[in-house]
Amino acid sequence: MVSGGVTSVTILLIVFFLFREGIGLFGSPAVEQGYVVAVNQENTVRDLSPVQLKDVFDSKIANWSQLGGADEPIVVFRLNDIEQYVSYEELGDELQFIPQCLSKIIAEHPGMIAFFPDTYLSPDFAGKLIDRRNITPGEFFLGDEWFPTATPAPLFGIVPLVTGTLWVSLAAILFALPLGMAVAIYMAELSNDKVRKILKPVIELLAGIPSVVYGFFGLVVIVPLIQRVFGLPVGETALAGSVILAIMALPTIITVAEDSIRNVPRSVREASLALGATQWQTIRRVVLPYSVSGIMAAVVLGIGRAIGETMAVLMVTGNSAIIPHGLLEPVRTIPATIAAELGEAPNGGVHYEALFLLGCILFVITLLISITAEMMAAGKPKQQI
Amino acid sequence: MSTLINTKYDRRKRRTQGIAFWVFRLMSLAVVAILVWILGFLVVKGIGVVNWEFLTSMPEDGMTKGGILPAIVGTLCLVAGSMVFAFPIGVMSGIYINEYAPNNWLVKFIRVMTNNLSSIPSIVFGLFGMALFVNTLGFGDSILAGSLTLGLLVLPVVIRTTEEALKAIDNSYRNASLALGATKLQTIRKVVLPMAFPNIITGLILSVGRVSGETAPILFTVAAYFLPKLPTSIFDQVMALPYHLYVLATSGTDIQASRPMAYGTALVLILIVLLINLLANGLRAWFGKKVKTN
Repeated sequence: MVSGGVTSVTILLIVFFLFREGIGLFGSPAVEQGYVVAVNQENTVRDLSPVQLKDVFDSKIANWSQLGGADEPIVVFRLNDIEQYVSYEELGDELQFIPQCLSKIIAEHPGMIAFFPDTYLSPDFAGKLIDRRNITPGEFFLGDEWFPTATPAPLFGIVPLVTGTLWVSLAAILFALPLGMAVAIYMAELSNDKVRKILKPVIELLAGIPSVVYGFFGLVVIVPLIQRVFGLPVGETALAGSVILAIMALPTIITVAEDSIRNVPRSVREASLALGATQWQTIRRVVLPYSVSGIMAAVVLGIGRAIGETMAVLMVTGNSAIIPHGLLEPVRTIPATIAAELGEAPNGGVHYEALFLLGCILFVITLLISITAEMMAAGKPKQQI
Repeated sequence: MSTLINTKYDRRKRRTQGIAFWVFRLMSLAVVAILVWILGFLVVKGIGVVNWEFLTSMPEDGMTKGGILPAIVGTLCLVAGSMVFAFPIGVMSGIYINEYAPNNWLVKFIRVMTNNLSSIPSIVFGLFGMALFVNTLGFGDSILAGSLTLGLLVLPVVIRTTEEALKAIDNSYRNASLALGATKLQTIRKVVLPMAFPNIITGLILSVGRVSGETAPILFTVAAYFLPKLPTSIFDQVMALPYHLYVLATSGTDIQASRPMAYGTALVLILIVLLINLLANGLRAWFGKKVKTN
């Protein structure tokens, strides 16, 4: 019967496995495994960050001077471009001369940057390799581009995902809070038993509906509605996510807030009524301030529920990993990113590790939230009331 | 309370109260309306699709026709598997915490951990299940891996309901049993557990509801996109209702054509949840009555 610690063990296991899979990201090279990025021998640039690499290969940076090098236009070279530079004869019948050709091409073009598998690196390579460096925590936590499939260097900046998550969750709480509080007050203070007997199961049912059903409902009802009302090209926006999340967070908020309102001692309430205050004045000036810690806990738990929610958000927010500037733009949240991308990320690869690290972040955030809520709920009500 | 002094201030504060209370009533009505809206919408759209054939045949034609039998069977397997794992451990854990554990920091720590475990997002369980069960232990994408992941997910629910069920039993029963010379284990087995049984079962039913609707934990541990056959062992992949709905809604071969299938699946899922809630409430009421008449 020593099974009491099973939950603690589980949490420790979760921490261990999540971090074990995720932390490897910072030991991984920024450039895709098995590939090299090379430049001409004369080039003075030796170090490029993943963001710079992506901009170079997307032709957003066109001159080496922008990267601190000589004033030389950048020529981007990928392996499939090889036919433009050499003939088939030069490559040999079995393409056995590719390494030599690559070396020659790079030597001939001073502004060239080339990206190719390291198996094609000839022993007497005439170019210069860009320094191999690892992905840094700074790039991960502060990077504002999430581009896990970019070549040659995938970008794992989590800022757009974190902002997306926060936008959606906070907006959801803003929607859910007035509604949830009203219902909680109504159930705790005003309603008779008969009404409560209807409301209680309604809230239980709302809590019981699977998130994928909420997502489906959002997809076929809320999304088109938002598209029509705001005249948008697509209805899959942060707003759609927040509306669905608001409905999903309602039961949590109502239950926790109702409990804390109910826990206000009768004597406090009666003292207020005896002084001639109406029931509403008592609720507003006495009951609510008294139960404020519980209500804060309800808010925090609601946010926690919203931040961790995966399927519903995945289905309605449009999933574009850019930093949102308003509620009417598509966003992508942390859990939705994990759910959408883990299936395609090769096991043990950089992308896989990045997603596990996202999981770690999510885990830490929700753990902090749950501990905060616990501390708030345990906090003593203010004495001077 | 009513002094009947009808001053201006008095009238005003009563009017404010009237308005505030009406707002609360309307808000509460709105919550009921939201539920009715969601349920009504899914029932109206799905009722034409759900029939015996839909429930008992394989999906066909790129999931635009046929039924959802493999998804139903898959979900049943996962529910059964996760309960086999979570129920005994959860109940034992609850018994330990409530009956045996001394009231010290360790137990407080365990309780906090149980609470925290229930606040971890389900997608994190999915990641964990993938790392531990699928990869490290080598179960692969299988019913076993999925059930274990889901089992861990509902463990806090089972523990907490067990704990609460045990807490509700008055200490006088325990003392009476102990006074008759029963050992502690006998007391728990013969006195405490039978009395707590209804509430424990209610908790079990509610966790079945939770498990049957979860999608994120099974994404990477068991769920198959399309697998029109029934599982033969616990190392098989299966389709599952919630994941099937996700696939139908977002990534089927022809989303418009598979919409009716999606409505049907959503309705089946909702009905399962409704039934489970009704069952739990019914059981609670029924057992409640029985205990009273005894």
